[in-house]
Amino acid sequence: MCETEQKKQVTPRVATGDRAILPEGAKTIPVYIMGKKYEVPETLTIMKAMEFAGFHFLRGAGCRGGICGACPTVYRMAGDYKLHFGLACQTVVAADMYLAQIPFFPANRADYSIDEIGGLPEAIHALYPEIFRCVACNQCTKACPMDVDVLGYISALKQGNIEKAAKLSFDCIQCGLCASRCLGEIPQYHVAQLARRVYGRYILPNAEHLKARTAAIESGYYDKMLDELEKMSKEELEKRYVEREREPDFAEVGSWKPEETRYL
Amino acid sequence: MKISYYPGCTLKTKAKNLDIAAVASLEALGVEVEEIERWNCCGAVHSLTADDLIHQVAPVRNLIRAKEMGADKLVTLCSMCYNTLARANEMMKNDPVKRDTINRFMDEEIDYNGDIEVVHYLSFLKEEIGWEKLKSQVKVPLTDLKIGSYYGCTLQRPTEVGIEPLGHFELMNDMFTSLGAEVVEFSAAAKCCGSYQVLSSLPGENNAAAVVINTAAKEGVEALATSCPLCEYNLGKQQQQMQDKGKIEQNVPTYYFTQLLAVALGLDSQLCHFELNDKKSLALLEDKNYLVAA
Repeated sequence: MCETEQKKQVTPRVATGDRAILPEGAKTIPVYIMGKKYEVPETLTIMKAMEFAGFHFLRGAGCRGGICGACPTVYRMAGDYKLHFGLACQTVVAADMYLAQIPFFPANRADYSIDEIGGLPEAIHALYPEIFRCVACNQCTKACPMDVDVLGYISALKQGNIEKAAKLSFDCIQCGLCASRCLGEIPQYHVAQLARRVYGRYILPNAEHLKARTAAIESGYYDKMLDELEKMSKEELEKRYVEREREPDFAEVGSWKPEETRYL
Repeated sequence: MKISYYPGCTLKTKAKNLDIAAVASLEALGVEVEEIERWNCCGAVHSLTADDLIHQVAPVRNLIRAKEMGADKLVTLCSMCYNTLARANEMMKNDPVKRDTINRFMDEEIDYNGDIEVVHYLSFLKEEIGWEKLKSQVKVPLTDLKIGSYYGCTLQRPTEVGIEPLGHFELMNDMFTSLGAEVVEFSAAAKCCGSYQVLSSLPGENNAAAVVINTAAKEGVEALATSCPLCEYNLGKQQQQMQDKGKIEQNVPTYYFTQLLAVALGLDSQLCHFELNDKKSLALLEDKNYLVAA
């Protein structure tokens, strides 16, 4: 018995996958994916570990860089009642993790036309009256893999402060874990997105330089240059690309000017 | 003097006229008002269900915010917020089992044992400013204003958290006396305004509110003052509709007590946001020549 156990550790019987390459001498650890035990190499992220175990992500995986919000995971450590939350592409596996992916949560999303609803808090209150079901239990904030103060922005909206809500929710990646935990059934992340849209559309001042640039484009100022490019042969385009002037990587802002100024 | 202040959601939206006048008045009286950080809804209404601790989490979280800022007192203003915060505080002080359950549930927060004192604005005025000092700061005495202090339900009930015993209205009355107004005691000062019943009655047909207005008018009250946004909605904002429906015989303009305090302290009337009150409220003050514009 003892011998078998030892042998297992030397050449572990692991599930195979085509993405992760097991480094020489790497130790494996047990994790439970949807209740079933797998031995996976330590140091992998949850997503890599699941692929190592043979799962293929058709949905529920996106950027793999911790920013798209497609791969929220809920997990618990054996012997502990506490739930933990993370992104599968960012969280490293640990021994005796019980894992479940929540790729989608059926949260209510209101229909609206941003140009018609107006910029007052009442517009948000009317589209998402359920925010007033919040009892400040703070489970949303505890579930957020981006450490967003979710209770803070929902409170700000109840207080009519759209700007505060937009700023507090800026790091939201729309993974939906907040909504999955809400006892008031509030779709926090959709409400926050609306708040940021209202903030951008009605509250933030318009950038003057953007207006000027849009006007220049609409006046046809750049059309000639584009026509010129469109008529070029592939060889000419390649030559131009290779010979293009390029701002040095660490040039101080505003210190560099191209020698060719015809297109400025 | 610096105080920790809890405004409440309604005071930041529909009842800005209660909040802004209150803060400006305290500042005029030399008090630095510090709004607590990261506050959330007070809980809106104290939950009377026995096994319903989750509804005590919101008020307790606010008390923890105050404690985190090093406060020993939290001043608040809206009758509903005051009631909800004060009752949750009593529970945390006196019920060790519930206190323990809540503290364990809120494991991301520091433990709380009810040691913040929840103070209503009126009590603060009396205890920390004093009527004599207030009197000396009055720039526009509210001479000839026959004011009725309307307490409604939640400032005095239950008695453990009441700002003063039932049947007593000294705090608001003394404030108005200090401001130079003529206080008229009337028999509906602690009658219910109809509260959330307004949601199920047709516009202007909230009979409880009509009783308050009619009683006040009959007993010589010219204007009503309240510290509750729901009372103000039922008595003030609905008043025109009550009149249209023939429910009330005569108008009695309504105010938040802080608006009249700011007026008497000679603050810019813009700060009082009378546009959020019924039109007749502003008109009465203009007739009496109380208003100062910057």
